[in-house]
Amino acid sequence: MSIRILYFGRLKDALGRGEETLDWAGGDSAALLAALRGRGDDWAEALSAGKVFRLVVNQQVVRGEVPIPDGAEVGILPPVTGG
Amino acid sequence: MHCLITVQQGRFDLAAEEAALRAVAGDAGALVVFQGMVRGHDAATPLAALFLEHYPGVTEAEIGRIADDAATRWPISAVRVVHRVGSLAPGEQIVLVLVASAHRKAAFAAAEYLMDYLKTEAPFWKREDFADGSSRWVDAKASDSAAAASWGG
Repeated sequence: MSIRILYFGRLKDALGRGEETLDWAGGDSAALLAALRGRGDDWAEALSAGKVFRLVVNQQVVRGEVPIPDGAEVGILPPVTGG
Repeated sequence: MHCLITVQQGRFDLAAEEAALRAVAGDAGALVVFQGMVRGHDAATPLAALFLEHYPGVTEAEIGRIADDAATRWPISAVRVVHRVGSLAPGEQIVLVLVASAHRKAAFAAAEYLMDYLKTEAPFWKREDFADGSSRWVDAKASDSAAAASWGG
């Protein structure tokens, strides 16, 4: 399956991209993060536990582990600093 | 409750926003205005600009959810939030929160609640662009998370 991933804030700089299309075997949000962390030390560091605040799947902010449907837009949000 | 959320690059007109809110607020005895500005000297190097990024669509929806939460806690009749994004110079306005209610205490409390949650839940990211050409993404503050948590689940 294929999904579109969007990166925000410091993740965009740390990973050198704002978005990508990923061909992936599929699974839940935890499996997706594990797959991305497996790309190398820089990815594991940039996406380590305290550095990912929340995931957004198809424009819905999700908490906990959720399935990722085929064709989904997945936003990976670092800790937020608005206001 | 009337609720209007906007994320925009341009300035907002406080007087126009206040008049628009009053037109829909009903018999409100209180209107609280909070306006946030960009500070210029948080770090040793002076700030040239604060750059803000958001997640279009998702950010507006999250602020709406926070406003709905506030309306379940206090009897508020209208909420207006304008949050700016893009590159903002020190001293420029960055956020506007207006809350109308029949009573003062509800309006004050709801406005503070909205700001605490805007800082800890809404998808915005700030980058400090310094006068010497360097820049860095702002770290989330534990004090902001503690303030939001103090309202309870």
